[in-house]
Amino acid sequence: MAKVKGAVVINTENCKGCGLCIYACPTDTLGFSKEINSKGFNYSEMVQDECIACVSCALVCPDAVITVYRMKKDKAV
Amino acid sequence: MGITVSLENMDKIYERPKTLKDQVMHYCPGCGHGVAHRLVMEIVAELGIQEKTIGIAPVGCSVFAYYYMDIDMQEAAHGRACAVATGVKRMMPDHYVFTYQGDGDLAAIGTNETIHACNRGENITIVFVNNAVYGMTGGQMAPTTLIGQITTTCPSGREQVANGYPIRMSELVAQLPGTTYVERVAVNTPARVRKAKKALTKAFKSQELKKGTSFIEIVSNCPSNWKMTPVESNKWLDENMLPYYPLGLYKDEISGE
Ligand SMILES: Cc1ncc(C[n+]2csc(CCOP(=O)(O)OP(=O)(O)O)c2C)c(N)n1
Ligand code: SF4
Ligand code: SF4
Ligand code: SF4
Ligand SMILES: [Mg+2]
Repeated sequence: MAKVKGAVVINTENCKGCGLCIYACPTDTLGFSKEINSKGFNYSEMVQDECIACVSCALVCPDAVITVYRMKKDKAV
Repeated sequence: MGITVSLENMDKIYERPKTLKDQVMHYCPGCGHGVAHRLVMEIVAELGIQEKTIGIAPVGCSVFAYYYMDIDMQEAAHGRACAVATGVKRMMPDHYVFTYQGDGDLAAIGTNETIHACNRGENITIVFVNNAVYGMTGGQMAPTTLIGQITTTCPSGREQVANGYPIRMSELVAQLPGTTYVERVAVNTPARVRKAKKALTKAFKSQELKKGTSFIEIVSNCPSNWKMTPVESNKWLDENMLPYYPLGLYKDEISGE
């Protein structure tokens, strides 16, 4: 397993599946879901544990549904 | 199913600003209005001015801005946001007053109000979202529509002889003595979003100096009316909008104050 440096939590029910976060992510951490949410959108989700907590995805998300977490320095394994 | 990572030992470093109401915005997927709304609400939260900020909403796709921004807001008739902001600011000079307007609102029906507010040097911030079309009404040609750009009212592309030139509002208002800070930004990449936020912060802070109008143009997309996916629309913006609407600082009379 890769060193986990960060993670995102996406409010998938409010995600509109625009894909801008997926395009912006430098580590290919995000991808479209196979399932759809109640509005019928294939939402964005983590498909790999490569997140480096760069916040790029959250910066470009027009619906502000992404929360970003970073591993505490001393806990990075 | 995506993967789940344990959040144990992690710090939350970014979340939706509390000043943006917990409500789904009606914008189309990928629309830059959402990013622009979020940025304005982030700086209001960070500057701690939620109780002292009054926004003026336009007519256009962002007509419902007051449903999303958790601050006092007033709706204006189409194009008249700068006139309404003038009145509000003059009566409540200790408040931060801004307009939020599209290109049809600000540069077509409201050109008069915009230019005269800037020329009078009203101590307000104008947030101008330029997506080169009338988004709300179905993608008609706007004054900002590019030469050659296809819209529902110029189906073979905007043509100069019949339709005139696309208007560059930042360059125009920067020439007026009443403006103090004018910058053109975009929100289609993470780095540009950071820069746009800095410019908006500076513009809002400039109201404290009472020296004149601050004007931030956000070059944005309209994936639905441009008939592109959100990712395609952001690329189109880079390739077509930015050469005609160069990003950058057009006027700064407040730095060092
Ligand atoms: C007095 C008046 N004239 C025309 C309209 C129709 N109308 C509504 S929104 C709009 C243009 C909106 O375009 P823009 O300001 O660029 O906003 P966008 O939707 O692109 O964000 C027009 C012409 C109106 N509502 N009121
Ligand atoms: S924070 Fe950065 S690395 Fe992590 S998912 Fe978002 S864009 Fe990708
Ligand atoms: S940018 Fe936001 S709305 Fe768009 S797909 Fe990603 S999480 Fe969903
Ligand atoms: S019509 Fe265009 S400007 Fe309006 S919400 Fe949709 S994408 Fe955004
Ligand atoms: Mg518009």
